[in-house]
Amino acid sequence: MKKILVVCGNGLGSSMIVEMNVKNILKDMNVEAEVSHTDLTTAKTEHADLYIGSAEILGNIDDGSRNIALLNNLLDKDELRQALENNFK
Amino acid sequence: MVDLIMNDLLGTPEILVGLFALIGLLAQRKAIADVISGTLKTVLGFVILGAGATVIIGSLDQFSSMFTHAFNVSGVIPNNEAIVAVAQDTFGTETAMIMLFGMITNIILARLTPFKYIFLTGHHVMFMACLISVILTTGGMSGIPMIALGAIILGSLMVLSPALLQPYTKEVTQSDDIAVGHFGSIGYFAAGFIGKRVGNKSKSTEEIKVPKSLGFLRDTTVAVSLTMVVLFIALGLFVGPTFIEAELSEGQNFLIFSFMQGLTFAAGVYVILTGVRMLLGEIVPAFKGIADKIVPNAKPALDCPAVFPFANNAVIIGFIFSFIAGLVSMLLLPLFGLAVIIPGLVPHFFTGAAAGVFGNATGGRRGAIIGSIANGVMISFLPALLLPVLGTLGFQSTTFGDADFGVVGLVFGSLIALIPSNVFFTIIVLAILAVLFALGWKLRKERKEDNKKIA
Repeated sequence: MKKILVVCGNGLGSSMIVEMNVKNILKDMNVEAEVSHTDLTTAKTEHADLYIGSAEILGNIDDGSRNIALLNNLLDKDELRQALENNFK
Repeated sequence: MVDLIMNDLLGTPEILVGLFALIGLLAQRKAIADVISGTLKTVLGFVILGAGATVIIGSLDQFSSMFTHAFNVSGVIPNNEAIVAVAQDTFGTETAMIMLFGMITNIILARLTPFKYIFLTGHHVMFMACLISVILTTGGMSGIPMIALGAIILGSLMVLSPALLQPYTKEVTQSDDIAVGHFGSIGYFAAGFIGKRVGNKSKSTEEIKVPKSLGFLRDTTVAVSLTMVVLFIALGLFVGPTFIEAELSEGQNFLIFSFMQGLTFAAGVYVILTGVRMLLGEIVPAFKGIADKIVPNAKPALDCPAVFPFANNAVIIGFIFSFIAGLVSMLLLPLFGLAVIIPGLVPHFFTGAAAGVFGNATGGRRGAIIGSIANGVMISFLPALLLPVLGTLGFQSTTFGDADFGVVGLVFGSLIALIPSNVFFTIIVLAILAVLFALGWKLRKERKEDNKKIA
């Protein structure tokens, strides 16, 4: 079971919405994964197979050792689908 | 038995919220494992919220002793998470009830009126539910009438607030797919409104080079820690070692003590945010799921960072100017005999940034700057004016931060104090809400006709 973590600055509003979108898209793709959302500070210490977030926030934890999908527009479902398809093909 | 159910089960907010989650999960026919873990997490989130409140109150007590000793006026740190967590002790059940029925009211109103907004910023729904229960209880209401009226107020705000902002949100996003659901919207509305009149939207902020280095403040924990450490150390220097080491820190060096108290406050905010996240983790998706079934073509009203990607420079500019306005306001507030509101990086970052984005969309650079200054002044003066209507909760050295909380609290708090009869007050409130809906309806029609003429 792969784990996906959606990250935003507060870990409350936008990351929760994106988490719901991720779950819907995965259902479409017939992919099983554990999806949750959190804030940037917690994300640094929490392991996941894929981190999703907006470019200006998630750039902060990009140290080369993680698998990160940076989105230009968090709410663009097509961009999100593309990022997920790149990771779960 | 009845007593056990009414007082111990439903009177314990943790269990009440857990029951909501349990019913929601069962209604969605989730697997038994999901039902158990979802319910437990929701209850645990509420318990964690209370633990965070204890941490924050400890730090706030030290802050207010120091501040009062140094300046002889009371200082207040607006922080929604803190005030709501503190209030749960007394208002937990009312908050949970108003929140649940407010969400149901939101769905009903979205179904029946042309305002098809589903307000998905769960933590703000909870904060507003808390504010409403404080205002109504302080005004002498209780029981079912209070919860019913509270839910109607909350549900109405959940569609009116996105509706008010929607004309400007369209200008920001260049589409009509999403709305903004955030109780700082009156500040953004002011920014958009002023921007339209003073600025020129063709001179966008996005053509300027703005250093990206302030992006780290998007991390709430970092921003809170930084603000509180700077604040406590500055305050510690004002107060001096004698008072602190004798009265507060039991001999610990005064600067080390101040530094640790600042971080303690930040730790409390972090704990509360974690609790709120767990608490809402099941409720908001269930709310959205139900709303999508009942309201065809519903528009999601989202947290304010949803508009940030549309103007990245306006985000930074908006934050800086909102914060400057907050600092200037802090010095002006005592002249009006009001409490000193300490500007926080977090409220100014999030709401200032959003105000900057709206100001830029309607009035370019000048709109972004003047609009975010207006927001900064509003989120300094409104929290100060709000303190007296919060009753005993107004003495906590913290209060609600964003613009809508101030406006809503002031309007309903003043009304309930003016009108002795609760029945009469209820009628007046319902009349006000009806007028707002009618106005919104009329404006929508006019705009539609204008658009037709242009087309």
